[in-house]
Amino acid sequence: MTDKGLFIDRVTITLDGREIVSLSRRVAPGVVLTVMGPSGVGKSTLLAYIGGFLDPAFTASGRAFVDGVEVTALKPEDRHMGILFQDALLFPHMSVGGNLLFALPAGSGDRQERLRRMRQALAGVGLAGLEDRDPATLSGGQKARVALARVLAAAPRALLLDEPFSKLDAALREQMRELVFSKARETGLPVLLVTHDEADAEAAGGDIVKLGE
Amino acid sequence: MLTRLGPLLAIGVLTVPVAFGLAGTLLPAFGFLPVLGGMRFSLAPLTALFAEPAIFSSALMSLVAGLATALVSLVVVMLFTAAWSGTRAFARVQHLVSPLLSVPHAAAAFALAFLIAPSGLIARVISPELTGWQRPPDLLIVHDPLGLSMMVGLIVKEIPFLLLVTLAALPQVKPARTRALIASMGYGRVAGFIFGLWPSIYPQIRLPVFAVIAFATSVVDVAVILGPTTPAPLAVRLVGWMNDPDLSLRYLASAGALLQLFVTAVAIGLWILFERLAARLRDRCALAGWRLRADAPVRWSALLLMLLSGGAIFAGLATLALWSVAGLWQYPDVLPSSFGLRNWMRVLPHLAGPLGTTLLVGLASTLAAAIIAILCLAREDEMGHAPGRWAMALLYLPLVVPQVAFLFGLQLLFILSGVQATLTALVLAHLVFVLPYAYLSLKDPWRAFDRRYDQLAAGLGKGAWRRFLFVRLPMLTRPILAVVAIGFAVSVGLYLPTVLIGAGRLTTITSEAVALGAGGNRRVIGIYAFLQMMLPAVGFAVATIVPALIFRRLRDMQV
Repeated sequence: MTDKGLFIDRVTITLDGREIVSLSRRVAPGVVLTVMGPSGVGKSTLLAYIGGFLDPAFTASGRAFVDGVEVTALKPEDRHMGILFQDALLFPHMSVGGNLLFALPAGSGDRQERLRRMRQALAGVGLAGLEDRDPATLSGGQKARVALARVLAAAPRALLLDEPFSKLDAALREQMRELVFSKARETGLPVLLVTHDEADAEAAGGDIVKLGE
Repeated sequence: MLTRLGPLLAIGVLTVPVAFGLAGTLLPAFGFLPVLGGMRFSLAPLTALFAEPAIFSSALMSLVAGLATALVSLVVVMLFTAAWSGTRAFARVQHLVSPLLSVPHAAAAFALAFLIAPSGLIARVISPELTGWQRPPDLLIVHDPLGLSMMVGLIVKEIPFLLLVTLAALPQVKPARTRALIASMGYGRVAGFIFGLWPSIYPQIRLPVFAVIAFATSVVDVAVILGPTTPAPLAVRLVGWMNDPDLSLRYLASAGALLQLFVTAVAIGLWILFERLAARLRDRCALAGWRLRADAPVRWSALLLMLLSGGAIFAGLATLALWSVAGLWQYPDVLPSSFGLRNWMRVLPHLAGPLGTTLLVGLASTLAAAIIAILCLAREDEMGHAPGRWAMALLYLPLVVPQVAFLFGLQLLFILSGVQATLTALVLAHLVFVLPYAYLSLKDPWRAFDRRYDQLAAGLGKGAWRRFLFVRLPMLTRPILAVVAIGFAVSVGLYLPTVLIGAGRLTTITSEAVALGAGGNRRVIGIYAFLQMMLPAVGFAVATIVPALIFRRLRDMQV
């Protein structure tokens, strides 16, 4: 039981000898750990390190485990970290459905089954029937929902959220928070949230770590 | 990792042919050419060179042509950018001039020749009403002894090139802000630009300017078409010696190549001296606080010169096209009295070979260049930083060393290793010149790509190859196809590498066109030059239309 969830084991990130992040934490399945700090303190580097795309300018040590597997020893594509950024970043050269099909793991059934799961994923974020749309024609809130559905479709081991709500307007932001955190609880995913917005941390409900103080 | 190969291949392609080529050129200049029995150090080739008639006039002609071309085209581009950047007129002229970049030098030279020759279009338009000419007058306008039409031919072709590199450098200096600031101090538009913005733009376009000098001091195709003949510029005479069946002339040619290298080096040296003087003059005016606000004449002249240089090529190209379908066309009629495809039908059977070689070599060298450029850029992503300044200098190496000086040695090496006049050798020779352009035109769009897409796809469990094939490649379809079109245009326009490495057995449309130029059959020249101009144009059209069709239903993938 202690192995379940995300375990950040003495992760330290430095830039030119200056320490930016130093953290040891456990995040249980379905629980959110919020990392807060003003912009520019490098809180996103923690996500980058766990996700496997830390800029070579930084030096990092320490390990991260998910369900007992040391993900920091794996290639980025083998870590299965679901990432959400500020922008939805839907692939502009694919339809909405194409974005989701691209995310579905390769071994998940025949063509019909994959299409069924894609539609189900879209319906799960309240966007049933939009699979043939060009992502460019969606509203901001719809794009954010598709991005969430896409991340979940890939069956990730954990969610890494990099200020995912900051570009949405106030009403939409609340809805998205609700949706993201409830999905994480449903699927039992540990979540690492990086934000500078107190309200995000409050809605997340879990522990809060403050950087840069 | 595969990407490690990128920089290695690039460095290899950029340096090995130049280094070995230079060695192969220089050793015979001092008597070393073992295949012909030259085993001992000797100054005889150089002595023989200096005994050639009018060799110094040829060298001087090359030197002057190089410096004049660089100076005039740079000044026009600088003044035009100073006077008009940020206006709608600027954007329009930019769109007008950009396509000219892809017109091969030889085609532009033919275009100019067909325009300004005594029997050219301009003379026809004003005759006989203004001139009274009923027959083409016996004037040496093309091939004039001072090389003026050759320089004009080079200038009209280098202006689009320098304008484009200037435009690429412009956004980095935040022109709108600085312009407003300087204007608020009461400086004239042109003076303010030259005092405030040009000093940060020029260092970024310095290597391209050197490339212009190197090209213009050693140009062959434009010189053959427009340049003086008694004596011809140095590089033209060199190529004559290199292709002479009398092999002992190889020593002379090598000595000549050495002189060519020296001439180009002197030209660049003089240019650097000129840079210092000009900077000092600029600083003196700036520190004196000269506002120079009455610059309207300068502004309008800059626009006029720009339009004139672009218009000349367009009008000339139209004339070429007209000649290719002309039946009887008597002097001084402005238009042919009949049109027909007879010329085309007659030439068509001879076109297949050169056209096939042009396409094959162009596509193969461009594909190789695009792959190497992509590998290099992918490697830069892994390293987390762009390569240093030395890499940029390396990129310009084949463009700043006179082509003729190292291609001749390369030709010797290829002969020795038995690969001369093979397609592989020709593709390799073209690759040397295509790669710099491929890398330079891909690097900005590649770096502008939002890498979070890549990170996100990795989070979705996609490996490096899948991320490249399914995310990055499709999202960069447009710039990559544009790079292919640019590379292809460069390859189509290459004359000297084709002539020397193809050795007359592999010919392209460009090498054929220049060879036919001597014959003077305007209808046939018209066809070849027209094709020369159309091939790059078709490349760009494909690069525009294909992505528009593939992504027609996806809005963010449109331009």
